[in-house]
Amino acid sequence: MSVEYENDGAFNEKLIEEVLSAYPEKFVKRRRKHLSVAKAASEEEVTAEGGKVLSECEVKSNIKSIPGVMTIRGCAYAGSKGVVWGPVKDMVHISHGPVGCGQYSWSQRRNYYVGTTGIDSFVTMQFTSDFREKDIVFGGDKKLDKVIDEIDGLFPLNHGVTIQSECPIGLIGDDIEAVAKKKSKEIGKTIVPVRCEGFRGVSQSLGHHIANDSIRDWVFDKKQIERDASPYDVNVIGDYNIGGDAWASRLLLEEMGLRIAGNWSGDATLAEIERAPKAKLNLIHCYRSMNYICRHMEEKYGIQWMEYNFFGPSQIEASMRKIAKFFGPEIEEKTETVIAKYRPLADAVIAKYRPRLEGKTVMLYVGGLRPRHVITAYEDLGMEIAGTGYEFGHNDDYQRTGHYVKKGTLIYDDITGYELEKFIEKVRPDLVGSGIKEKYPVQKMGIPFRQMHSWDYSGPYHGYDGFAIFARDMDLAINNPVWGLFNPPWKQKEKIPFLEAAE
Amino acid sequence: MAALRQIAFYGKGGIGKSATSQNTLAALVDLGQKILIVGCDPKADSTRLILHAKAQNTVLSLAAEAGSVEDLEIGDVLKVGYKGIKGIKCVESGGPEPGVGCAGRGVITSINFLEENGAYDDVDYVSYDVLGDVVCGGFAMPIREGKAQEIYIVMSGEMMALYAANNIAKGILKYAHSGGVRLGGLVCNERQTDKELELAEALAAKLSSKLVHFVPRDNIVQHAELRRQTVIEYAPDSKQADEYRQLASKIHNNSGKGAIPTPITMDELEQMLLDFGIMKSEEQQLAELAAKEAKIATAVAA
Repeated sequence: MSVEYENDGAFNEKLIEEVLSAYPEKFVKRRRKHLSVAKAASEEEVTAEGGKVLSECEVKSNIKSIPGVMTIRGCAYAGSKGVVWGPVKDMVHISHGPVGCGQYSWSQRRNYYVGTTGIDSFVTMQFTSDFREKDIVFGGDKKLDKVIDEIDGLFPLNHGVTIQSECPIGLIGDDIEAVAKKKSKEIGKTIVPVRCEGFRGVSQSLGHHIANDSIRDWVFDKKQIERDASPYDVNVIGDYNIGGDAWASRLLLEEMGLRIAGNWSGDATLAEIERAPKAKLNLIHCYRSMNYICRHMEEKYGIQWMEYNFFGPSQIEASMRKIAKFFGPEIEEKTETVIAKYRPLADAVIAKYRPRLEGKTVMLYVGGLRPRHVITAYEDLGMEIAGTGYEFGHNDDYQRTGHYVKKGTLIYDDITGYELEKFIEKVRPDLVGSGIKEKYPVQKMGIPFRQMHSWDYSGPYHGYDGFAIFARDMDLAINNPVWGLFNPPWKQKEKIPFLEAAE
Repeated sequence: MAALRQIAFYGKGGIGKSATSQNTLAALVDLGQKILIVGCDPKADSTRLILHAKAQNTVLSLAAEAGSVEDLEIGDVLKVGYKGIKGIKCVESGGPEPGVGCAGRGVITSINFLEENGAYDDVDYVSYDVLGDVVCGGFAMPIREGKAQEIYIVMSGEMMALYAANNIAKGILKYAHSGGVRLGGLVCNERQTDKELELAEALAAKLSSKLVHFVPRDNIVQHAELRRQTVIEYAPDSKQADEYRQLASKIHNNSGKGAIPTPITMDELEQMLLDFGIMKSEEQQLAELAAKEAKIATAVAA
C-alpha cells in the first residue's frame, strides 16, 4: 500500500553543495563524504530476501565526530547502560564512577516493564558508586565490592548485577573483572563487568558491541539451563520496549503460534538472556545494536537470525510472512489468519488518517534502526520521506537503507547542527522526526516535530496497535491548528475567526 | 619578605633527589629562609631526613580516612622539622599502594588542598620533590602554571640519568610558554662514572642550561642518612656540608635566571654519549662480539 514518488535529486545535490560552501575547504572535503543523494539502484540488484533494492545511499560513516559541530551522538557507556543492559529488569545496573553519567541518563529511554520496582525490578532506579576524589586516587575496587554487598542486602530479589564503567574506571585501571568474579562467588549471582568507558570508540555504537560481548563472555554457558524445548522458540532481539513496543510485537508473534523465549532487552529478565542459546531462531529488530550477539549465536549454537520490521502494516505483513516461512506451512497458515484479522484495523487507521496526511513530507534523523525502519509506516499513510540519516550507523546500515528510500532522497550521516538546520530550512518538510535537542529549534521554524527516540512520550509504535497510535500522533503533530497561528495577527491577511468573535 | 619562590627537584629514580634537596634546603634555612617541602611521591619519603622519621601522615591517607580532602585541617598534615618551629615545614602528598588507583590525581588533589588552605603563606620557598619520571599529567602538576618557577634536575653521568634529564626537559618545555616554568639547571650527583663532569656540562649546554653544581660523592651522606639526618645537621663542619651550602647559595642567587630548555633528540643524545665514549656504536659492538667469538673458537680448537 506504499506510495510511488521520487525526490528531486538535482535540487538535493545542489543543496548539499550550498550547505558545504559555508565550510573551510578542508572541512568541506571531510563532510562531503557523509552527505549524499540516493541514486538509482541497478535493476538486477536484490536484497538478501529477494526484495527489490530501491536505491543506493552509501556514505562514509562510523568515524570520529568533529568537535564543535553539536553531534547528536552518545558514548560507549550510553550504548551499554542506556541501550543494551539498562532495560534488563531483574538486574541492578551500577553506573560505576562519578555520579553524573547515571544521574543525567536516568530513565531516558522509557523502557517499560512489568514488575514491582525496588523489589524484583530495577529499571527506573539509578544506582551509582558515586566516585569521589579518594576513589580515583586509591582505586575504586573496594568501594565496588561494598556497593555490590549493599545492593544485595537492600534488594535481595535481584538476579544479578552489571557494572557499567564510566570513563575514570579505564583511566585509573581498576580491576572490575576481579571484583565481579569474587563477588559473584560470594553472593552466588551473575555479575557482569562491562568495559564501556565513554572515551572508547566514536559513538554509542561501540558500547552496544562491548555490551553484546559481555553477554557472550559473562552470561552464556555459565549455568545449567532447564527448559523444555519447543520447535517454535524464538528470541526477539533488539526490541527495547520503548513505550511498550515489545508488547505490541509479542502479541502478533504469539498469535502466529511462536513462543517467545526471550525479548532482548526490553522487559527482559536475566533468565531470558541465559536461555537464548536454546531457541530456534533469532529475530532482530534493531540490527545495529544487537547483530553482534546474533552472529555469535549463529556461529556457536547454529541459530539462524532474521531481520524483521514491525512498523506499519506493509512491513508487518511482509515480516510476519517471512518469519512464518521459516517455520513451515502450519505457522504460515496461522499467520494468514492473523494478518486477515488485523487487516480491518489497519485499513480503518489508514482510511481515517491517510486523507489528512497524504503527500506530506518527512525528514528523519535518528539512531539505530529507525532511519530506515519507520519509512514504510509513513508511506502507508501516504507520506513521503524527503531525507533520512543515522547518528551512529555503519556501512551495512546505509546498504540496508537502499531497501527503503526512493531515488533522490537526501542522506546524511552524523549530521552537524548547522547542516541539519539548513537542510530543514531549504527542504521545509511537513514533519521532522528526531530528538529532544532538535525539537524546539524545528518547531520555532514553524515545522511540526515528533521525537522519534522516545516516541515523544507516546507509543507503542510497533505492531498493529502501535501503528494506530503512530498515525494519530503524526496527525496530531502535523494538523495541529497552532501552525496556522504562526504569523502574528497584524501580519495576517485573513482575519482569524476567534479574534473577530472577541471584537 | 621577598616574593614566594617555588622550586622543584626532578630526576631519575634513585638518583638522590630527596637527599640532595633536603640537604640543600637545610642549608637554605641557615641562610635565613623559611621553607615548605611538598613531597609528591606515593612512597612519602621526601622529608625523612628533615623529620628524622618516615611516613608521617600523608594528605591523601588522612583524606581517605576522613572521607574527603575537604574534611582536613592544614595542621593535620603539616609537620615541622630541623631547628624547631623556625625550621622546615613538611608535607607529604602520599598516594595509593603500588598498582591501584591514580597517584597522579593524588598529587593534584594535595597541591590544590595545600594552596587553598594557606600552607604557602609565610614561607620564602616551596620545594616540590617529585618521583622519578613525569609519567602523567599529575606528576607534571608542579611544573604547571603558577607553581614552580625553576626546576632543578638531579642527574649523574649514567646513561639512564641523562635520558631522564632530557625527558624532564621536554616536560618543562611543554609548559614553559603557557606557565612560565624554567629549567633552573642541572645538579650532578657524582656517581664516579667516566668523564662525569664534562658529560654533565655538555648536556647542560645542549639543553641551553647550566650545571649549577657538581656534588662530589662522599660516604658521609650515607652515614647521615642512616641516622635519618641531613649532612648539614649530622656533620655541619664536614666538607660535604659545605658543598650543599654552596649549592644552596647558588640556587638562592639563581632566582629568575632559569632558561627555556632545548631538549635534544634521542639520536643527538646517543651521539653525545658516543662522542664521550660512554656508549659504543653498533659497529664497535659487532666488532667486539666477533673478536670474542673468534677467541672462543680458537680456545675450542686448541
